[in-house]
Amino acid sequence: MRLTFDGRALPAEPGQSVGAALTAAGIRSWRTTRIEGRPRGLFCGIGVCFDCLVTVDGRPNQRACLTPVRDGMVLESGGSDG
Amino acid sequence: MTRAPDVVVVGAGALGAATAWFATLAGLRVEVVERGQVVSGTTSACEGNLLVSDKEAGPELDLALLSHRTWHEELGEHGHLWELEQKGGLVVASSAQGARGLAELTERQRAAGIDVTVVDADRVAELEPHLRPGLAGAAFYPQDCQVQPMLMAAHLLRLARARGARVRTGTTVTGFLRDGERVVGVRTDRGDLAAGHVVNAAGTWAGELAGLAGVHLPILPRRGFILVTEPLPPTVFHKVYAGEYVASTQSAEEGLQTSTVIEGTPSGTILIGSSRERVGFDRTVALPVLRELARKALALYPSLTDVAVLRSYLGFRPYCPDHLPVIGPDPRAPGLWHAAGHEGAGIGLSVGTAKLLVQAMTGEVPDLDLAPFAPERFAEAS
Amino acid sequence: MAEPDLAVVGAGPAGLAAAVTAAEHGLRVVLVDGAARPGGQYWRHADEAISPGPRYDDLRDRLRAAEAAGRLDRVSGHQVWFVEPGEVPTLHLTPRREPVRARALVLAPGGYDRQLPVPGWDLPGVLAAGGAQALLKGGQVVPGRRAVVAGTGPFLLPVATGLAEAGVEVVAVCEAGSLAGWARSPAGTAAVPSKTVEAARYAAALARHRIPFHSRTAVTAIHGDDAVSAVTLSRLDRAGRVRTGVPPRRVEADVVALGWGFTPSLDLFTTLGARLRVDTDESLVVEVDAGQRTDVPGVYAAGEVTGVGGALLALAEGELAALSVAADAGRPVAERRVRALRRAVGRGRRFAGAMHRAHPVPASWETWLRPDTVVCRCEEVTYATVCTARDELGAADARTLKLLARPGMGWCQGRVCGYATARLAAGDRPLTVDDLAPTCRRSIAVPVPLGELADP
Repeated sequence: MRLTFDGRALPAEPGQSVGAALTAAGIRSWRTTRIEGRPRGLFCGIGVCFDCLVTVDGRPNQRACLTPVRDGMVLESGGSDG
Repeated sequence: MTRAPDVVVVGAGALGAATAWFATLAGLRVEVVERGQVVSGTTSACEGNLLVSDKEAGPELDLALLSHRTWHEELGEHGHLWELEQKGGLVVASSAQGARGLAELTERQRAAGIDVTVVDADRVAELEPHLRPGLAGAAFYPQDCQVQPMLMAAHLLRLARARGARVRTGTTVTGFLRDGERVVGVRTDRGDLAAGHVVNAAGTWAGELAGLAGVHLPILPRRGFILVTEPLPPTVFHKVYAGEYVASTQSAEEGLQTSTVIEGTPSGTILIGSSRERVGFDRTVALPVLRELARKALALYPSLTDVAVLRSYLGFRPYCPDHLPVIGPDPRAPGLWHAAGHEGAGIGLSVGTAKLLVQAMTGEVPDLDLAPFAPERFAEAS
Repeated sequence: MAEPDLAVVGAGPAGLAAAVTAAEHGLRVVLVDGAARPGGQYWRHADEAISPGPRYDDLRDRLRAAEAAGRLDRVSGHQVWFVEPGEVPTLHLTPRREPVRARALVLAPGGYDRQLPVPGWDLPGVLAAGGAQALLKGGQVVPGRRAVVAGTGPFLLPVATGLAEAGVEVVAVCEAGSLAGWARSPAGTAAVPSKTVEAARYAAALARHRIPFHSRTAVTAIHGDDAVSAVTLSRLDRAGRVRTGVPPRRVEADVVALGWGFTPSLDLFTTLGARLRVDTDESLVVEVDAGQRTDVPGVYAAGEVTGVGGALLALAEGELAALSVAADAGRPVAERRVRALRRAVGRGRRFAGAMHRAHPVPASWETWLRPDTVVCRCEEVTYATVCTARDELGAADARTLKLLARPGMGWCQGRVCGYATARLAAGDRPLTVDDLAPTCRRSIAVPVPLGELADP
């Protein structure tokens, strides 16, 4: 599967979540917080905490832990509240 | 034994907090009695509007302008505590007819002392770039402000406590102490409390409280819902509302009315209102109302379609049949005062109300004539 | 399918058992779940070819049979964002889809790790214990190289051994309680003997992987700049305060997995107005009768929402709930099976109660916090801000604290910080339903796009 994250190639396995693919690639944070600009990535891992928000194919604020990877997916760090 | 307070204020919302503050400032000994927690009623379920734009010439506008001065002058140094923001209001008209009506309204309002400018259709985007194109016109009200109402009430109570006021939460008033006709204190579920004056600042409960003193006060709840979006970068810069909002605040309709009010907050969320219904104290979340609010908001801001709604909340506006608040001493029960029934404008009008009330209580001539707000103006219920 | 007789929300052990049982009793069932594959968090799996367990396989086969027979529809990949009460309640779903209406509801939405704030817990590399496990179950992804697993409760053990088996060096398991609790609770282990076997298996796995287990120990600070690099381990006294005279230990790690028990997902029950209670572990749960009925007619509950108790209990509750639905709809059910399930549920609850008592949240955890410690991750509300609202502005309960300091007002709507907020507001007194309900009440259960709300 071929995905990109901030323009770089990101390998992924079918059935994985975006959060798992990013973690497997050693990427631990992909968003900064609104007030303090702190880095955030996965925390709860099951769709509860909304820490892992990521832009998926231009749609901001998707939960990386719940979004299954898809071939050709374009991922971007940041988020609409950044 | 401590001496009995000069004033017992019933209610620790915006009206009670403002009354406590101005009363302590006037040197009175104050005790606030609240059946719930601080700011637990309508103060915690509203938007914190300080508006002049939705008013026409008359006593409510006079009170709004007095309050406006009070917020900025006497209380100006504390404004940051409650996120006071002079963001300005933008009323938009969708049709040419609406724009003409709005232009006429603004002329009347200007004559009454409101600062307002008509905004041509082609200049609307300069003020609100995300509004849909093609609106017929708008009016800009630079005096419209917003505060975070819970912080406002909680800090005023804190400041009042620093001047000696006492706040008793979890204490329900069950009746009044009387000396003949005169109200000389309250009975509570935690004991009696004597006082020189009792102020009814009990919000939607004010009518019931007045009833305990044997006086009729027709204050009823009018339910409203608000949607709260995810936090966004600045998107809505002013308080933006549709032209029909002014009409709906004055309406006597029982059924559901909605008119769009959209605004950003310092925390990045966008608040989307407003709805009005007379359904008693029904706290059921009404999905059709939420849908209607969303539809109307998107009609003005179509680019918000993918923005997530995180929650909704509902509140009950305490309203009187003539849409004017009740402020001042009650001649039917001497010693009892009212500061209630401000409907959807209670936060904005709270500080002017409190100031007038304390002026009257301490024998000063109030800045405004209290006659239009007189508690005895309503016919007795049969 | 015409209007179903029953809608089941959640396809974990409880929901699957309920859906399959109801379909096998002739009811028409819709099973709604947020994930693509059934199984919930407990049976999370990346690939249908790799079984998460024999009990799952059995339920999945029966699920397929019910689907093939036209008695069960699955609505996967959708979350309920609003439940509209009524004689025939309506479940509104996101992403946009036709709502599900059914006369009876079995709600089995499960729960998630309960958290306590600790300095540095918002650094990348700090995960909920369940989040670490989800990465492993969802495709053997490891979150780092050196892990510390900390908190309280038996769930820490499978997380630690799972990480170790996937090649992560687990440098410490920190249990804030006095012991793993399992073997020390005769009432509980006698009730569910298979749990004793499970405990022994984990103990063996810890030994095999040479994982140090520290009781009465907590991660009281997490260090790092852009991600976790180290943690402070502190010995605790009985009240949960850091023991004076025992120097804290700094341990290098790039992963921290935290869990303090579980928080049941109660959003739908609060909207429906079901009667709630505070369980032994201080979780807000829904009251049910001996047949898993809530006090709202037609609404049944199963799994963690009736009291955190694990998969075995959830399976029994799910099946029992379905039998109650069938019986209440006038269908014949085997009374012997009902009695057996009731006994199983009773045993499971007694065991769960023993676990809760053995693994309480340390009473004095608040003393670990520093003024700049983030309490609410979403709104970045610090402990100092919480203290100001509580001590100076008079916020004496969780609701007022939320209003005055904003913990729980952000994206997750208090799911993560709700318990901590209620605890911080309440001080030393025991938590009540009124303390916890404001942290669980969500009129909109999950965020829904304005466009979907406007145009169903």
